[in-house]
Amino acid sequence: MENSRRNFLKVAGVAALGVGVKPAVNVLSAAGGGETPAAKVAKHENALTAKKWAMVIDTRKFESEGDLDKIIEACHSIHNVPDFSEIDTPERVKRHEIKWIWKEEYKHAFPGNENEYLNDRLKYLPFLVLCNHCEDPPCVRACPTQATFKREEDGIVLMDFHRCIGCRFCMAACPYGSRSFNFRDPKPGIEKQNLDFPTRMKGVVEKCNFCAERLAVGKKPKCVEASNGAIAFGDLDDPNSEVRELLRENFTIRRKLSLGTGPVVYYIV
Amino acid sequence: MSKQTQVYDKEIVFAGLAVFLIIVTFPFWYNLVLGKAASAPVPELTKEAKAAKTCVLPAAEMKSEHMRILDVWRHSVVRQVKRVYTTPDGRDFEMSLTNSCLECHYNKTEFCDKCHTYASVDPYCWDCHIDNPKEIK
Repeated sequence: MENSRRNFLKVAGVAALGVGVKPAVNVLSAAGGGETPAAKVAKHENALTAKKWAMVIDTRKFESEGDLDKIIEACHSIHNVPDFSEIDTPERVKRHEIKWIWKEEYKHAFPGNENEYLNDRLKYLPFLVLCNHCEDPPCVRACPTQATFKREEDGIVLMDFHRCIGCRFCMAACPYGSRSFNFRDPKPGIEKQNLDFPTRMKGVVEKCNFCAERLAVGKKPKCVEASNGAIAFGDLDDPNSEVRELLRENFTIRRKLSLGTGPVVYYIV
Repeated sequence: MSKQTQVYDKEIVFAGLAVFLIIVTFPFWYNLVLGKAASAPVPELTKEAKAAKTCVLPAAEMKSEHMRILDVWRHSVVRQVKRVYTTPDGRDFEMSLTNSCLECHYNKTEFCDKCHTYASVDPYCWDCHIDNPKEIK
C-alpha cells in the first residue's frame, strides 16, 4: 500500500516535469532559430570603389569667394546641415555652427608654414577645408564607442550617428577642427530637408563623410560636382587616377603634415 | 504504536483555509470565468502597403523580426558600402528606412506607433529619419 503510493507520486512528479518542459523547449527553440533565411546584402552595381579615396583642391581655379560659397551651400543642403543665421543672434549662430566644409585663411589652415611676409594671393585666399579622412585618424582612436571609424575598404573616416554618445573626444582629438557638435536640435535650422539623407539630433557630432552615400550609388562627392573641375577626386592607390595625375604634375601641400595623421586632401596653391 | 494527530477546531481551521485559498486564487478563476484578453492592436496598412501584398519578408516574419532586419540594414549601410537588400525570393530593396520602409508605411501613428505604444517600446528612429512627409498634411 505504502509502496504503491510512493510509486504513484514518483510517476506523477515525472509526468508533471515533462508537461512543464515542453513549453519551455518551445520558447527556447523559437528564440534561437530567429535568423532570416538567405537574404543577401550587396553593393549597388554602379557603386564607385577605391582603395584609398583622396581629393585634390586646385585653388587656382576658383575665381571668387562666391565659387566657394556655392560649393559649401551645395554640400550643406544635401546633407541637411543646419544654418541658424535666420532664426538666431549672430553670437549664438557662431556658437552652434555646424560645418562639413568651410573657408579658412592660409595662416589658420596651414599653421607653421606661414611666413611673416607672405605672397599676397595666399595671404588673402580663402581655402576650402573639410575632413581630411586621415590615414591614421586621431578621432577614431579617441572615440570610446567606435561611433567614428575608418572604413578599411576605401579609407573614408565615417560616423555612425546611432552610436555617438556626444562625448566630443573626437572633436578634441581632431587637429583640423573638422567636427561639429549639435548643441541644439538641428531641425529648425534646416530650410529644406533632403529626404535621401537623415538629419541628426541634438547631442551628436557630425562631419564630412566624403559623400559615402553618393559614392555608394555611383556619384562623385557633391563638392566635386559643384566645383566646375576645381576639385578632383579619385583613388590615391591607383597610379592612373585623376588625383595621382594632378599630384604628379603639380606642387601640392597638405594640412598639418607634421602631426602624422596622413591627410588625403591635397591643395594646389 | 502509531502516532496520533489531531486537529483542534477543525471547522474553523478548514473554513479559514478554504477562504484563504479562494482569495488567493481569485484572480485566476475570475479571469477564467469572466476575463477576456485585452485586444492586441492591429496596425493599419496604407493602400500602398495593401497593394504590395508582401513586405520585404512575409508579414509574420516582419512582425517578429523587423527590428533585427533594420539593425542589419543599418549596419550594412553605415559601416559597409552595401546598400541593396535581396530578399530570399529575389526582390531587391534599397536599405533605407525613410525611402523604402516609410514609402509604403508612411502612416506612422496608425502603423508604427500603435504596436510600439502597446508594447511600451520607444525606438528613436524618427528623431532623425523623419516620417515620410506624406503624413504631414
